[in-house]
Amino acid sequence: MTRSSTRMQTLTATDPRRRALLAGGAVYAGMLLTGTPVMAFTVDQARALIDRAVGEVNGTINSGKPEAAMLKDFEGIFTRYADVPTIARSALGPAARSASASQLATFTEAFRVYIARKYGRRFREFIGGQIEVTGAQPLKSYYEVVSVAKLRGQSPFDLRWHVSDRSGRQLFFNIIIEGVNMLAAERTEIGSMLDRRRGDINALTADLRSI
Amino acid sequence: MFFSLSPVAARLSLPILGLCLLAACAAPPVSDADPYEDANRRVHAFNQSLDRNLIRPVARGSAGVARGPVGQGVRNVAGNLFMPSVILNKVLQGKAEDAVHNTWRFALNTTIGLGGLFDPAGAMGLTERDADFGGTLHTWGAGEGGFVVLPVLGPSTERDAFGKVVDTVLDPLGHVLKSPESHWARGFKAASKVVDRARFGDTVDSILHESADSYAQMRLLYLQNRRFELGQEVADDAFIDPYADPYGD
Repeated sequence: MTRSSTRMQTLTATDPRRRALLAGGAVYAGMLLTGTPVMAFTVDQARALIDRAVGEVNGTINSGKPEAAMLKDFEGIFTRYADVPTIARSALGPAARSASASQLATFTEAFRVYIARKYGRRFREFIGGQIEVTGAQPLKSYYEVVSVAKLRGQSPFDLRWHVSDRSGRQLFFNIIIEGVNMLAAERTEIGSMLDRRRGDINALTADLRSI
Repeated sequence: MFFSLSPVAARLSLPILGLCLLAACAAPPVSDADPYEDANRRVHAFNQSLDRNLIRPVARGSAGVARGPVGQGVRNVAGNLFMPSVILNKVLQGKAEDAVHNTWRFALNTTIGLGGLFDPAGAMGLTERDADFGGTLHTWGAGEGGFVVLPVLGPSTERDAFGKVVDTVLDPLGHVLKSPESHWARGFKAASKVVDRARFGDTVDSILHESADSYAQMRLLYLQNRRFELGQEVADDAFIDPYADPYGD
């Protein structure tokens, strides 16, 4: 065994390494305090993400494509911009705890198609309209991006997107349409479907595919 | 004239007073308890079959017309007929700016818009700012009460159902219009519901006929949307963070 050749040094107040350590310590303390990592991305990045997603939605609803092609587009948008595994697990609720990894994976894939088509149909009703991002702010442990859907012959309505980078990527995990919370609605819906199938996740997955 | 109204006023003021007293001793808690669930589910089943057998077929049959300019005209006229009542409620809520905004809208659409058939006010940015007596009671501090499903009319709360009755009685237009105009007014309002049913057909179908538990789904949608409309503070459990609480338990 050799003794370390570097001597212990006292870091002086002006030493850049000291400041780096302090800064690192502050981030670490932040993590300890909140129990969650400090958000690594900014409110502007969250807004930019939804700006891009909304741009694609607007392109689709004004493309004049037939329904099947539009739903395919929405499915792509949903898959690119939403945190599908997190939404699926939350919708499944406590039952996701006892599900096996492969059960959860096949459920998630069936759920991805189900939810993209369901909300794609809602967005299709905005044909001829325009969605516009109007603001963004931190909310609890995530960001809320506010947008407004302007439709012909109708009062404009409020569409909010909840965005997080906790999955490792910047994605939205919830949409609030005129106060109606997608995650809450799907938790109720998937919960009822599961109850009807006596808690059988495989049966639920099979039936989700047929919707 | 004044005295002929007073029995109505007396009958109205008692329950209103009662509601306000109730509200005063308990600040409106937003609760998802459903005390009338059994009765509600029976009425909901009736509404579902009414929709399946009557309203949906009529809406589908008239979908072409409903989605076109005629349907839009019917919605415009009906919306305009509701305006005096909306303005009255804005005044009762102390929202002077909204009342003035809606009054301009009503004046423009009734004159230039040919009795509300067209919506020139909306094109100028004077879109409707909605209000009803249920909302007025909320402004005065009344809690929403239990969730109720009304025959034909659908989801509501105790407070909002009572508000609907008051709105019908207080409607300024109802005191001005005489037969046959009053029948026409009612006809337009009913027709506009069918137009809405045709326009948002897929959404209504997906909730009313395709949900695993359409009652639970409708209750959630109605209550969340209504609380949002009234600008109510969102309850803490509405903020779902699936990263902090992946299984929502």
